[in-house]
Amino acid sequence: MRRSSLIWRARSLAVLVKDIKSELRTRYAAGAIAMFAVVTIVAIGFSLGGIALDINLQAIMLWLSIYFAAAAGLGQSFIKEEEAKTSLALRIYAPSGAVYNGKLLFNLIILAGLGLLIVPLFALLIGLNVASYGLFLTILTAGLIGLACTTTLIAAIVARASVKSTLFTVMAFPIVLPLLVLAIKGTQKALLAGVLFSDGIGELLGLSSYSAVMLIAGMLLFDYVWND
Amino acid sequence: MRLIIDRVSKSFQSRNVLRSISAEVRDGQLLGIVGPNGSGKSTLVKIVASLIRPSQGRVEFEIDGKSIAGSDIRPYIGMVSPELFLYDELTAFENARFLALMGGVQLSESRGLFDEFGIGGREHDLVRSFSSGMKQRLKLLIAMQRKPAIMLLDEPTSNLDDSGKALVRKLVDSREGITVMASNDRTEVQDAAVIIDLARSLAGGPR
Amino acid sequence: MHMIWKLLVLVLFIWVIIGAWLFEPPMMGVEGPEVYRIFYFHVPVALVTFFAYGLAMYNGLMYLNNRRLEYDDRSALAAALGTIFCALATLSGSVFAKFAWRSFWNWDPRETSIVVLLLIYLAYFALRSAVADAERRAALSAVYSVLGFISAVFTIFIWPRLTPGLHPGAPGDSSGKFISMSTAAAIVFIPSLLAFTILFVWIYSLSVRISRLEQERAEKEI
Repeated sequence: MRRSSLIWRARSLAVLVKDIKSELRTRYAAGAIAMFAVVTIVAIGFSLGGIALDINLQAIMLWLSIYFAAAAGLGQSFIKEEEAKTSLALRIYAPSGAVYNGKLLFNLIILAGLGLLIVPLFALLIGLNVASYGLFLTILTAGLIGLACTTTLIAAIVARASVKSTLFTVMAFPIVLPLLVLAIKGTQKALLAGVLFSDGIGELLGLSSYSAVMLIAGMLLFDYVWND
Repeated sequence: MRLIIDRVSKSFQSRNVLRSISAEVRDGQLLGIVGPNGSGKSTLVKIVASLIRPSQGRVEFEIDGKSIAGSDIRPYIGMVSPELFLYDELTAFENARFLALMGGVQLSESRGLFDEFGIGGREHDLVRSFSSGMKQRLKLLIAMQRKPAIMLLDEPTSNLDDSGKALVRKLVDSREGITVMASNDRTEVQDAAVIIDLARSLAGGPR
Repeated sequence: MHMIWKLLVLVLFIWVIIGAWLFEPPMMGVEGPEVYRIFYFHVPVALVTFFAYGLAMYNGLMYLNNRRLEYDDRSALAAALGTIFCALATLSGSVFAKFAWRSFWNWDPRETSIVVLLLIYLAYFALRSAVADAERRAALSAVYSVLGFISAVFTIFIWPRLTPGLHPGAPGDSSGKFISMSTAAAIVFIPSLLAFTILFVWIYSLSVRISRLEQERAEKEI
């Protein structure tokens, strides 16, 4: 049965809005992520004690902080449904594609918030010598979008497992690694004095194509994860 | 329309829960599922809802000459079950509207619906504050707002007071589509067109 | 498996082992040509581990298609075997690195890619051990095997060509392309690849048969 894309969008947005409302009232994911991010940055900054990092290390530390903070909260939107046992109602009344889209959008928003929190904090407390703002922000956006695209399906898988605790980190890491490396390399370029935006095209292409492939794979495979 | 359950069996690991269950009902009819605790009533309801795959056999729904099976059945279903939970952190109205939208229904006559199901005036309270009986009424509301072709009721009167039980009876009696009800209490399904008795099915052979 | 294949494998391996030492090494590098002889063993094993993962994904997809648990069984067996080959590839690569580039680990992209493959395999088994229900475990593993395969393809084939590294074939490497090789080297390399592949298929089909027999025996006992 074909549904018009307008209804599809409405349903996906409905899932997103529901998740946002839920999150605003309970603050599980955002709290975990924010706390992780702050603790990580403070720990790094404190250990450095004011020593400046070279730009390669800046890029590495920034993305590691982003990844581990994100991993603390990205699984939440699915795990919460399973733990509160509301997933049954969702399965009966909602088409699975809309659930996937909605939760993907939710993860995107969470990651956007994370980016807005971590980057200024990192720049302030540890230091970021951005040479090309255009490249830096583009790589940052592409990397965050890529993280959302690759991890949403994994979060759905982990939510359906019996023992969840460290599973997400173990499963996500080898899948996210190509993305992380490309983002780090791209960011390193963006911090290099005299760099042009075009220097980072390779990394941007890599990031976008990997994200696109993972997004499509997620859309095609989600049904097998969501429904028994 | 017809609901056809064709030699459905289900085993979990090596434990056999349902053994070759068959039944057929048409619109306006009630299919009753009875049996003691643990006889597989909820499992069978979930198989009809396409939430669980049968180990053998199949469930088919025929409407307007079309034959529908598997998860394509879901848009036609409303379900009430003790295993179905609603969003505690949202209000009753938000729950109903969200699931209505997802299910392709416009929740227009909201106030009227809430009154009809006996929870009028509480629609803007968080579900967390609801008693189990009120949650049950809300689940019934959400299931019925879709005007489903197939209504699946698993222990629908649990947690309900007498007026709630009467509400369920009225809903089932006035149904135009197919209703499937699983219950511990045989008297609730006494006017069913077909009854699946899982106790007998467990002890003896196939039904 | 047919006696013919078993004999073929034996012959091939004898040929490869002798040939690896008699024939000229596959390429010249500043580190001295002898070191590269391990190429005849290391690369085929690495390719077979990638092939094993593809087989695991294929079986996973077959399961999703027809829901027969025997495909999930095969998927897990292919992955287990692939993990062993992957460990061997990592070790042989590390040995090579010690002699050619003077340290056991260098974080060269291709080196790291074999470790990423190992991590994917391990994550696959971590997932399997975390799901109780057999059918759900099969479905979730199948989906993850697809994700893992995408990451593996990217990590092994695309990434090393994007960034400079020590392995032959990366940008910035002067010793010539990875793809082209002298016919003398091909005489040993191709049989080696063939031999390891047949060996893999042999062990794999044995494992599948053993597993099926064990299941049949367990079912009889019920």
